[in-house]
Amino acid sequence: MSLSETARTPLRYVNDTLKGWALHTQEYFRLLGRSLHGSISRPFYRRDLVIQMDAIGVGSIGIVLLTGLFTGMVLALQSAVEMKQFGATIYIGRLVGASTIRELGPVLTALMVTGRAGSGMAAEIGAMKVTEQVDALYTMSVDPVRKLVVPRFVAAIVCLPLLTVITDVVAILGGMLIAVVKLDLTMDLYMRSVYLTLAETGYIFRYVPIDLFAGLLKPVFFGAIIAITGCYFGLKTSGGTEGVGRAATRAVVTTSVFILATDYFLTQVLIALLIE
Amino acid sequence: MTQDSRDLWDSQMRRELREEVRKALADLGDDSTLPSVAGPVVELEDLCLKFGDHTVLQGVSLDLNRGETLSVLGGSGAGKSTILRLILGLSLPDSGQVRVEGHDIAHAPLTQVLALRRNMGMVFQEAALFDSLSVYDNVGFYLHEHTNLSEDEIRRRVRESLELVDLEPDQVMELLPAELSGGMKKRVGIARAVVHRPRILLYDEPTSGLDPITTRTINDLISKLQTELDVSSIVVTHDIRSAFRISNRVALLFEGVLVFVGGPEEMVASEDEYVREFLR
Repeated sequence: MSLSETARTPLRYVNDTLKGWALHTQEYFRLLGRSLHGSISRPFYRRDLVIQMDAIGVGSIGIVLLTGLFTGMVLALQSAVEMKQFGATIYIGRLVGASTIRELGPVLTALMVTGRAGSGMAAEIGAMKVTEQVDALYTMSVDPVRKLVVPRFVAAIVCLPLLTVITDVVAILGGMLIAVVKLDLTMDLYMRSVYLTLAETGYIFRYVPIDLFAGLLKPVFFGAIIAITGCYFGLKTSGGTEGVGRAATRAVVTTSVFILATDYFLTQVLIALLIE
Repeated sequence: MTQDSRDLWDSQMRRELREEVRKALADLGDDSTLPSVAGPVVELEDLCLKFGDHTVLQGVSLDLNRGETLSVLGGSGAGKSTILRLILGLSLPDSGQVRVEGHDIAHAPLTQVLALRRNMGMVFQEAALFDSLSVYDNVGFYLHEHTNLSEDEIRRRVRESLELVDLEPDQVMELLPAELSGGMKKRVGIARAVVHRPRILLYDEPTSGLDPITTRTINDLISKLQTELDVSSIVVTHDIRSAFRISNRVALLFEGVLVFVGGPEEMVASEDEYVREFLR
């Protein structure tokens, strides 16, 4: 290999890698666009939608109940240690309420659903891809995006906010359990403290606390990310059963990173638009 | 082995193969009983396709006539299955034309591609049945998707298709694909492909992984469908015996290049080096 060729190889590698990323980004957003379009145009696969809502929503209730309960309890427990020093344990409800509704509820719910349903989407569609079931859909003039992706996409953006509400409620109740049992606060005092933190930042649409609105808007985006990323990696699967495993892993890792990054940017935007 | 003994061995093999071809054709009845052939329904013209640096197809030109069964033979990676993908419009050629019933599917708008696909049925190598659906839902999938037929009518047509592939509807309709044997899966795959009565049937390795008896059953089924449904079929396979048994014509691909097209007997008599090597 000549010197110029040796020097060209890393450049070619960088060039190919960047092109690959650009292509993935383009295809990812194209899938998102087609899913958005498919959500509002015929044909609608209602039966598939119900099945996916059952799988993503109902199927994830158990895991979000546990996540919410233990997160609320540990939040109350940890913050009590610090707050006791200042005699501020009456503010435990504010802390648990604010952190759960604004951040932990949406993010933890999304991460849990990613691990449970996002990986499942990638694996399920990936398995269909490697066993030619996706090709079979094409040959029968059925668009796999409408049949496989859109029901998951709609189900995820509908179910995520609902699951987040469950997480929030259970986390606040978990915090209350610790506050009442370990810190000798009354239930009434704790709940009033939670309510005050919600009221503090103001209301939108007259009756909806801004924190709650922001906390339920984020899961809509997270649901879209979970479904599109899971389905994207599923549809890109190649290389047999090994490829299916790889697709599921990639989907979980990528979705988790996307959720955390999107959470930061969404928070910035929501603070700028709703609070400041 | 010396050159003479190799030639002797070749001629012996070819004699045996020719005999087999004759027997297979005799099983099917003579040529006059085969469906009439008039004008090509699929035309491949000077197709070229590359994946990166790898040439998949190079200058492939091939016709499928109405009512005939054409088998495309070749070793692994010769580009056989790619031909089916091109005919279905699932892949696009770098150059050349793929005409299905006179329409260039490679350059047709999506609506036309979808319409053309509705005239085709595809039988996949591993059947590609939808795991989560029962046999009934798999076979009736096309009818549920694209027709407004009543559930009773769909059920009737599903039963008819299952009976056509020699399956007992009452015994299999509620089963899931995981509960079927390999041969049954293939037959359900065929039933699904013919439920909407397509004019063209494409088979990707229909007998791979099957025992000799089931292979024979599937071959008989392909011949039966050609006769009863008057479909034109392309069968991609590396199984020479099956190809000779079911085909009016055979084509042989070698590294993306078509090295032979003709009747089974012509193939056996061919002097082409690769054809002889392949038959050996």
